[in-house]
Amino acid sequence: MMKTDFLALPDEILLSIDKPERYIGHEVNAVVKDLSQVQVRFAMCFPDVYEIGMSHLGIQILYDMFNSFEDTWCERVYSPWTDLDKVLREKKIPLFALESQSPVKDFDFLGITIQYEMCYTNILQVLDLAQIPLEAKDRTWDVPIVIGGGPCTYNPEPIADFFDLFYIGEGETQYRALLDLYKECRKNGATREEFLRKAGCLPGIYAPSLYDVTYNEDGTIASFLPRFPEMPKKIRKEIVGELDDTYYPMKPVVPYIKCTQDRVVLEIMRGCIRGCRFCQAGELYRPVRQRSVETLKRYAMEMLKNTGHEEISLSSLSSSDYTHLPELLDYLLEECSKRHINISLPSLRIDAFSLDVMSKVQDVKKTSLTFAPEAGSQRLRDVINKGLSEEVILSGAREAFEGGWTRVKLYFMLGHPGETDEDIVGIGDLANKIAAEFFDAVPKEKRVNGRVQIVVSTSFFVPKPFTAFQWAPQCSKEQFIEKAYTCRQGIASQLNQKSIKYNWHEADVSVLEGVLARGDRRLCKVIKRAYEKGCFYDAWSEYYKNDVWMETFEECGVDPDFYTVRERPDDEIFPWDFIDCGVSRKFLLQEWHNSKEGKVTNNCADKCSGCGAASFGVGICFAARS
Amino acid sequence: MFIRVKFTKTGAIRYIGHLDVMRYFQKCIRRAEIDVAYTGGFSPHQIMTFASPLSVGLESQAEYMDLKLNSMTSLQDIADALNAVSVPEIRIADVGLLPENAGNAMASVAAADYQIEFRAGKVPACLAAEGSEQSALDPDKCRAVIEKTLGRTEIPYTKVLKKGERILDLRPGILEFRFDEETNSLFLRCDASSAGNIKPIQVLESICAMEGETLAQYALLVTRLEMYTRTAAEEGAEGELIPMIGICEEHLA
Repeated sequence: MMKTDFLALPDEILLSIDKPERYIGHEVNAVVKDLSQVQVRFAMCFPDVYEIGMSHLGIQILYDMFNSFEDTWCERVYSPWTDLDKVLREKKIPLFALESQSPVKDFDFLGITIQYEMCYTNILQVLDLAQIPLEAKDRTWDVPIVIGGGPCTYNPEPIADFFDLFYIGEGETQYRALLDLYKECRKNGATREEFLRKAGCLPGIYAPSLYDVTYNEDGTIASFLPRFPEMPKKIRKEIVGELDDTYYPMKPVVPYIKCTQDRVVLEIMRGCIRGCRFCQAGELYRPVRQRSVETLKRYAMEMLKNTGHEEISLSSLSSSDYTHLPELLDYLLEECSKRHINISLPSLRIDAFSLDVMSKVQDVKKTSLTFAPEAGSQRLRDVINKGLSEEVILSGAREAFEGGWTRVKLYFMLGHPGETDEDIVGIGDLANKIAAEFFDAVPKEKRVNGRVQIVVSTSFFVPKPFTAFQWAPQCSKEQFIEKAYTCRQGIASQLNQKSIKYNWHEADVSVLEGVLARGDRRLCKVIKRAYEKGCFYDAWSEYYKNDVWMETFEECGVDPDFYTVRERPDDEIFPWDFIDCGVSRKFLLQEWHNSKEGKVTNNCADKCSGCGAASFGVGICFAARS
Repeated sequence: MFIRVKFTKTGAIRYIGHLDVMRYFQKCIRRAEIDVAYTGGFSPHQIMTFASPLSVGLESQAEYMDLKLNSMTSLQDIADALNAVSVPEIRIADVGLLPENAGNAMASVAAADYQIEFRAGKVPACLAAEGSEQSALDPDKCRAVIEKTLGRTEIPYTKVLKKGERILDLRPGILEFRFDEETNSLFLRCDASSAGNIKPIQVLESICAMEGETLAQYALLVTRLEMYTRTAAEEGAEGELIPMIGICEEHLA
């Protein structure tokens, strides 16, 4: 066994930085292996601070899977916070993995999960601190294979230069084959490129350096082709067919420091039946696959026992759609109350059932209810295919008020395609009607705090690849700000405006997010340059430097508007078209046209709309419909 | 019933802050399935109290936590169950059953023992062996400095607080101070009560200041060896210091 008290950082550093617990490893359930028995070392990285990265379920699943392989040791790496970042650079200390505390550059693989666009510069921070060349073309066998995974890899092109490989889809299926190929190639003395070329032929694996892109004069893509005949023109995402029969971490690592997700996370299903046209996750993770309720009950108890967490939370894109939710919640309510364990409920659809469950697990006086109508008018909710009607919202709110709740949160997006001022003003109208519902439902003498509190939050809509809105123009910063102003005016003019609070997001970040989301390879140089000029932790508003980013676009001769405000013609080749996520481009285009006509599309539980995901041969596509 | 748990905190775990050690034990107790008592309400929490918090970076052979239990099979089972689900750096060293009238761990701490060592190159000149490049202690120098320190009637120390400064007198809080030949380190027993708590670093900083030196940053390697409580005062005499676990009529070690 390794000497367990070895730390990569000397005491003087650990004592001088904030939260040294982020860097010492040694957590309960962290896996330590004997290096002499290990053939593949895999560093798994979430390029953000420890408390965020440790909260991510995907990494925990893959950590469990890799460490179940006898020949492999998977360790964790996170972005050092800015204080340690400075020290590591000054003292030239290489970035290390938590378990062995040894340098990442000595590993065979560095896997990076890419969950949001605003972490792209943090990927470069991690590579840089690990002393790995930022661009894949400069790397040799002296450094690990850098492989990316996660939702942003469904358009990996803006970060293509920084990765040797991308894994498209769910990680549980192809890593074993990739590790075996790696072992074989290293044994046979293959070159790095030979390995990448072979890896790129595995299902779901994309080797960006082995594809060539040509562009039309107007800047759009003319062709996107592999450099070798055996390599696939299209890369199909990988998925797990049967969720009951795959890896799930029964012993997740338990951090010392309080993390964002300080609880057992039970993934009840993957995918979503809803088909909201703005939602990327809803398309990427199709088809819907559920875990059986028996498996979930067993997982819940075992994970609670192994972690000692005092809370459990259900995870999925839309938990109310889980077929056996009442049975699962009844079981958890009973078992958890015996053990003094809280149940943290995901945002459930507000109805009699969910209100009943919530009143059992929360103090109704202290918690708020959440609705996500996403758009203020029924017309616009039809455009975005958000199947939530005003009637349902108002009756849900009324029931909640009668049940003692006095706080309601409402989430909306501004900037949906085809949005008008009337739609935006509709947000204020809806909030006002909810407030009126309170005063109507709750007699004066029963009003706990005398009044109702409605918090309206708006974010700005950013079109994403593999959605019906991938063709849509994104609003400019000025339009976004104008819309937020209209929304505020709309709220201020309401009768119950004193009961309504309004929050809105910054517009700058949404513009950059839009560029990165639908960008192409030409953005790599912009991202690298912005990083070199000091941009990282862009997802943290206190570190986001919009002026530096805008200056960098200009310096690199790249026009951000090309990627955002332009409506794309139906037949334009997109940078991500080489990926097959199951949902066909034809279906998405039809959805784009439907949205323009305000035509709604059925959800998967009601009727199959033929999106293409049935080609995987699993999940709801083959289940009996109600 | 209340039990008192004595545990060690060593190695990398010295960087875990006090609040996180509490969180650690809450989870540890659940993993061990100990029948701990909870408070009521919507967010029930385990009934537990910790003795004097240990500063981040210090190791300890004797931390204390009091727990209220609904039931238990034996003290040994509690120790075994906790050790089975704990990291190697936190070991349960002893468990005792508290008498009915015992004060809780936090309120009843009176004193603590510390072993004080120095990081290489950071031994103050007044204590350092010749030619060791400030990396080893000189026993004679240590004894001389300690004698001088104990001979003073007053040891003023300026404590920097959020609101200005406060001058403390460390002298009454130093209960025992000597050079320990066996471990080649300094041994300090000092007041650890909520009213008069003093820290090893304060004592060493004061010594350096008296010798016209400044203690280097991060010079000390401190290990807490034991914590004491005071028995009830007899007529005309102060109570006697006994290890925190000592007030348990029954304990393992």
